[in-house]
Amino acid sequence: MRMKYIVHSLALVVICIGLMGANPSPEARYSDLGHKLMCKCGCNQILIECNHVGCSYSTKMLGELRAGLQRGDNDDLILQGFVQEYGATVLAAPTTTGFNRVAWIMPGVALLLAITLLTLIVRKWKFKVAPVGAQDLSPTEMDEFRRRAREETQL
Amino acid sequence: MPELGSYSLLFALALSVYCFGAGIWALTSKDRGAELLGETARRAGIAVFGAVLVAAVILVVAAFQNNFSIAYILHHSNRDLPAPYKFAVLWSGQEGSLLFWSLLLGAYGLVLRLRHKVDQKLVAYAGVIIAGVQVFFLLLNNIAANPFAIVQGTIPPDGNGLNPLLQYPEMVIHPPMLYLGYVGFTVPFAFALGALIMKYPGEKWIHITRRWTMVTWAFLSCGIVLGAHWAYSVLGWGGYWGWDPVENASLLPWLTGTAFLHSVMMQEKRGMLKIWNMWLIFSTFFLSIFGTFLTRSGVVSSVHAFAQSGIGVWFVTFLGITVAACTFYFILNREHLRSENRLESLVSRESSFLFNNLILLVACFTVLWGTLFPVLSEWVQGHKITVGPPFFNKVMIPVALGLLLLTAVGPLLSWRKTSPDSLKRNLLIPTLVTAAVGVLIIALGWVKPWAEQDQFYSWSTILLSVLVASTVISEFYRGGRVIAYQTGRNMFAAMYVLTRRNTRRYGGYIVHFGVIVMMIGFAGTAFNQDIERELGNGDSMNIGLYTLTCKAYTQDDNANYSSEWAIIDVAKNGKFIDTLYPERRVYKASSQPATMVANRSTLKEDLYLVYSGVNEDTGRPIIKAHLNPLVKWIWIGAHILLLGTILAMIPSMATARVPVRSAAAVLADNRQTVGAGD
Repeated sequence: MRMKYIVHSLALVVICIGLMGANPSPEARYSDLGHKLMCKCGCNQILIECNHVGCSYSTKMLGELRAGLQRGDNDDLILQGFVQEYGATVLAAPTTTGFNRVAWIMPGVALLLAITLLTLIVRKWKFKVAPVGAQDLSPTEMDEFRRRAREETQL
Repeated sequence: MPELGSYSLLFALALSVYCFGAGIWALTSKDRGAELLGETARRAGIAVFGAVLVAAVILVVAAFQNNFSIAYILHHSNRDLPAPYKFAVLWSGQEGSLLFWSLLLGAYGLVLRLRHKVDQKLVAYAGVIIAGVQVFFLLLNNIAANPFAIVQGTIPPDGNGLNPLLQYPEMVIHPPMLYLGYVGFTVPFAFALGALIMKYPGEKWIHITRRWTMVTWAFLSCGIVLGAHWAYSVLGWGGYWGWDPVENASLLPWLTGTAFLHSVMMQEKRGMLKIWNMWLIFSTFFLSIFGTFLTRSGVVSSVHAFAQSGIGVWFVTFLGITVAACTFYFILNREHLRSENRLESLVSRESSFLFNNLILLVACFTVLWGTLFPVLSEWVQGHKITVGPPFFNKVMIPVALGLLLLTAVGPLLSWRKTSPDSLKRNLLIPTLVTAAVGVLIIALGWVKPWAEQDQFYSWSTILLSVLVASTVISEFYRGGRVIAYQTGRNMFAAMYVLTRRNTRRYGGYIVHFGVIVMMIGFAGTAFNQDIERELGNGDSMNIGLYTLTCKAYTQDDNANYSSEWAIIDVAKNGKFIDTLYPERRVYKASSQPATMVANRSTLKEDLYLVYSGVNEDTGRPIIKAHLNPLVKWIWIGAHILLLGTILAMIPSMATARVPVRSAAAVLADNRQTVGAGD
């Protein structure tokens, strides 16, 4: 029951995060899309952050972005237009289609694999633990344990 | 002079080869003369530093003497370059920076070999491994990237000048710090590999290695933060971290180095994770070399990268040989690395370190993956794609939040096992404080976590930072209270004694505190604002509560550069508070422009003005203004982090020197848990 409650709460949080930022203003869309595109002048900077004087690319590209927004194009259409004109490298992040999906999936896969591996190791370790009773220890061993406890707490 | 430099490098190479060869011979031979041979190898290793130093000094002197017969000086200096930047010439280009690498490695080797009495045999092994790495870099210096190559034909009267982006005070400090970090990881690597080869008995090698790693980690941290500050101050795009491949390359060894500094405690305290630690420090070294390869090979495009060259093949070969050597010795001697203990509980300090390592390594993998994905995409799809800030921000922010959570909880866990009651008791007040701050922030209207994902992340970051701060403070308080009781000192004096008694642990907490202060600074990014306008004389624009009025714009000219700048009056809520001077320079030797940002930085926010240039149609200057909240916290946090690291490196005060009440009395009076080791 408690598990179910936790899962439902987590799902709700995920949905809420997903819904955040719905219906942004045109200026917010301009900024958002401007941050999803790269300037093609060779500066390797985000389009909206390119600060080169007289950069012939960023001024033109930002103009095209404004024009797309004024036409009422949706975000995907605007981004697609840029890809067709400037190539795939104009997008600042991989798309979520085709092979590019792998870019997004792999960090999650790595995390899952690492957690699985860690869990397996921890389980293996835990099963191997053989608790030792203090009464079985010799005075010398007890002294050694006391020394280690002092060393570890250092207080 | 150039000939002397070349001969010095050649001599250094010969000495390194001797140090490497004779060192191996001495370590493997059972002859009576082996010890003497080993000593000559050690001294040859010391002499390498002298020979490389001579070469580096000659190159710097050549820069000061405007000796443009040396191609490197011709390409990276000019007559009117200010004196401090003549020093920076040493590391501003491919050949010079590789010489600088050799110099730093020689310096580290010198310190290591002079301190050989700490453990003569282990240092002998480490010295041989360092000599092997030194041979590789000196081969590069002598063959692939000779900084003393002579200009063919007529020698031009003046040089091409130093890259304008590098003509900034921090650029005189940032690269040396970064290199000290990169190069420094060679030392713990050498100790680890040496200990593996010789099947070092006991854990002494890990104590030596850990201290070297902390020194190196501190340098790398400084280098990364100085780089971020330089980017913020010079590049003029309003940010400090752009997830550029070269920035990422510096982050990779930092992440694994951080993981090592945590997990190595499990080996010291419990004799666990020996294989893991060995490979962590190996990986840190590999990633340092790999980062250098990325910067210099032209494999990935970057604003920071050196010119594309064939030097990448050298690095790949060296990396291949090193990985093969490490794997060989690991397979040969892996039995020596068996754990002495097992994990006893999931709720323990050990498990928190395991999860900390897991998250740090996933972060490292993600950064590496994102950096290399364009290359992979080109192989698979036949075309490159860009993996830039939107990808890294989306993937790395949740990872960083997970790490913050562990930073909060980890110190409250005891070694071996923590009871749920103890955890609840220790977490109660920090959790209540955090919840109160979370509600307060919303009530004051500072953050609306439901409005945007960025704001939600900022809010989460601030809350987790408060949680970490609360646990750190509670750790100091609980420990201090016991010492105050034991010694009768006041609370602050008790906390001082507590810190001195276990500098590593409490220095570590201060490092954590520095990290969360930096995190609060990063959280401000969600609220950045910017505006760009043409501002003629008397024109104004508003950003946030500020009104910016252009009083005048003017020009200047000197031997090194010509510049134009605006004089901007800043008013807040209608009241004049400051005048700022955003500037743009064009360096004469290279004909390249550079931005000199005008930044009014306060704890609350930075008002960051960029002179973007002049509109050729109207003749009026274009000013871009950024309002970046909390950025100053990043730089303050970095100072705290450095302070904590230095503190953690200071040896702890012996407990016996502190007056203590009788143990029986203390045990009788004090039943609570205080601290749980590092």
